[in-house]
Amino acid sequence: MIKKAVSFVVIAIFSLMLFAVIKEWETASRLKPLAREYVTREPAELGASNLVTAIVVTYRGLDTLGEVTVLFLAAAGVGLFLKLRDREKKTPRRNSSEILKTGITFVLPAIIMFGVYIFLNGHLTPGGGFQGGAVIASGVLLLLLTFPDYRPKYGAIHTIESLSGTFYVLAGIAGLVLAGGFLDNRFLPAGNFGQILSAGAIPLIYTFIGLKVGTELTGILSNMKGE
Amino acid sequence: MFQIAIFIMGVSMIAGAVLAIVSRSLIVSVVAVGVVSLFASVLYLFLSAPDVAMTEAAIGAGLSTVIFLYAVKKTRNRDMEND
Repeated sequence: MIKKAVSFVVIAIFSLMLFAVIKEWETASRLKPLAREYVTREPAELGASNLVTAIVVTYRGLDTLGEVTVLFLAAAGVGLFLKLRDREKKTPRRNSSEILKTGITFVLPAIIMFGVYIFLNGHLTPGGGFQGGAVIASGVLLLLLTFPDYRPKYGAIHTIESLSGTFYVLAGIAGLVLAGGFLDNRFLPAGNFGQILSAGAIPLIYTFIGLKVGTELTGILSNMKGE
Repeated sequence: MFQIAIFIMGVSMIAGAVLAIVSRSLIVSVVAVGVVSLFASVLYLFLSAPDVAMTEAAIGAGLSTVIFLYAVKKTRNRDMEND
């Protein structure tokens, strides 16, 4: 009874706070000063036509490095607790249907290619390293679901993951040495605005992020699936 | 029209979240959370944040749902072994 009363009071307090926020809320009709600063400065400074990417990779690059580190820690934790046991399951698995197998075989290369497209075009169109990596990992997930006996090559996955993480940090240090600061993308030529080879090092950095996120999520998925 | 679509999405998200809490079956709860993420990603798209929408659709609605399902399956097997 008391428990219910307490939770009711807590809910009431929260709804009062939320109501105050909603009452004050109005649709923004123009940019706030910080956003206007980014919008006006970015095209001349960094030259990425997708503004979100410029903010995520360069202006707030350290945050992205932190996110990748958090994801890495999560993957390491899953790997620690759910490491693959060699003990094979004796129960015979039900095989996937022929339609599913053939369909996946056709669709999978397109999915992987789309993921690569997303992170290579991160500085031009919406999307980027995280999104592309997640799309690649969902392609691998389809593979894992369709072919129950399929095991990804862990050696290759771990090598790609460590190498791309190292090169990501090295690109950041190159920005520190050759340009204005850590993860500054201007140590490569800016190129023409809106072309695939433009925006300095952003495509390079996003390729590393995409590979790292893709391999990390693949590792998490196959560790979770491992019997 | 736009307003109505956003309203329907919001109501479906709340309904999915409530279903995730109320439901007795863990599988239903996990799928309901995935549905919440799916509607959230469409909402982000409507609110002109395509980058966030892509992340939410791929990670929130896709991968994390499957990871939760694997986790449910694993813990259930463990319980059976102990019985």
